[in-house]
Amino acid sequence: MDYAQEALNGSVLAGARLIRLLEEGDPAGIEGLKKIYPHAGQAFMIGITGPPGAGKSTLVDRIITEFRGRGKKVGVIAIDPSSPFSGGAILGDRVRMQRHATDEGVFVRSMATRGHLGGLSRATFQAALVLDAMGYDIVLVETVGVGQDEVEIVDLAHTTAVVSLPGMGDDIQAMKAGILEIGDIFIVNKADRVGSDDVVRQLQVMLEMRDYSATNWTPPVLKTIASKSEGIIELVDAFLEHRDHLVSTGILDTRVEERELHFFKELVKEMAYEKINTAAGGAKKYAMLTEALKKRETDPYSAAETLMEHLKVDM
Amino acid sequence: MKKYRVLIAKPGLDGHDRGAKVIAKFLQESGFEVVYTGLHQTPEQIVTSALQEAVDAVGISVLSGSHNYVFTEVVELMKAKGIGEIPVFGGGTIPEDDIPPLMEKGVKALFRPGTPLDEILAKIKEIIG
Ligand SMILES: Nc1nc2c(ncn2[C@@H]2O[C@H](COP(=O)(O)OP(=O)(O)OP(=O)(O)O)[C@@H](O)[C@H]2O)c(=O)[nH]1
Ligand SMILES: [Mg+2]
Repeated sequence: MDYAQEALNGSVLAGARLIRLLEEGDPAGIEGLKKIYPHAGQAFMIGITGPPGAGKSTLVDRIITEFRGRGKKVGVIAIDPSSPFSGGAILGDRVRMQRHATDEGVFVRSMATRGHLGGLSRATFQAALVLDAMGYDIVLVETVGVGQDEVEIVDLAHTTAVVSLPGMGDDIQAMKAGILEIGDIFIVNKADRVGSDDVVRQLQVMLEMRDYSATNWTPPVLKTIASKSEGIIELVDAFLEHRDHLVSTGILDTRVEERELHFFKELVKEMAYEKINTAAGGAKKYAMLTEALKKRETDPYSAAETLMEHLKVDM
Repeated sequence: MKKYRVLIAKPGLDGHDRGAKVIAKFLQESGFEVVYTGLHQTPEQIVTSALQEAVDAVGISVLSGSHNYVFTEVVELMKAKGIGEIPVFGGGTIPEDDIPPLMEKGVKALFRPGTPLDEILAKIKEIIG
């Protein structure tokens, strides 16, 4: 079966299998990706991030319902951590979204981090492209429950929502270092609990100290009670408002271009490295230069030049 | 090496997913990625989840006595959706006499309460192949 072609024709089975190939790093996956690529670029990619247990999956479940009500097809990628000991994982985000399991306009894929740092898995971006090309209008990505350094979601999402919750206390202060920087929208979920207004105020104070002149967008702070579907309409409106803002200011195009460039550069690095290992004598030369570096017989700059010369690659 | 991905589901009206959780945890500790769907799953939900998640096997935990219906339905639906080759296994309170007919219908392994976990693991690996 030509998974890429079948996926483009609307086969869920083929799309799912293509994502699996990509996840396993199978070269056939990349061939499929090339084929679907021209069809991607239509979807609105939304990232949902925040600490463990904040209600991300419950929010995603209700956001799906709202977008479905507005006639949009929704793809979801939900990431959970792999155990560093066994390499296994329990992917449980889906539990909260099972009401959509038989809705043909919804595709949910769980993924384990497999040791990848940053809040996503290595193949998350590729999987998002597949869902995009398959015609899902909205692609929602739920990151692992993050601390402050796992901010890779911004490379993927057009709009990133950061979820916090009452009772985080000083954690809100700690958050500002990392994930506070990346939010286009801030959600205070579990607003049925005491202290939600405090969290809203704290967030607003911290956000006021930031400079928004570059993007002209001041992130709203929205209260939700995901478990009761409260605040979801306003949240989805905010997503769309941010999207409109990105489009009208041209920021979206710039971001997409930057992202393509970023991936291109990463791939070139990866492939150059691969070439070193496969070129005649490449690996040997590399090992020799590594040794020379250790013995301080050369410096990194000269070593890299020597290696490139050996490979006859212009620097 | 390719990771094993397995779906674990708990159909039925009862709210007991201890068995399902024990096996999910055990498989995780054995290096599997386990997609857990939670309670009250209908055969349709189980099968579309297996489809979207591209799993290597589907495991179903039953307590409610609805095993004949659930396993038969899941196996049939999987065939209809083009994933009939993905092995289905299960566990729970399944009367001895019901096991052979279910195996005949295409269920690949059924574990009765008290089956040692190592035995379960070996069997699941075997049916995934
Ligand atoms: N009181 C209250 N509970 C909520 C609300 N939203 C979600 N919950 C509950 O919070 C718990 C965690 O919700 P999840 O949606 O699984 O949280 P999560 O952020 O996806 O968790 P991880 O993926 O494990 O990081 C569940 O028991 C939900 O029912 C809410 O608005 N109010
Ligand atoms: Mg979750």
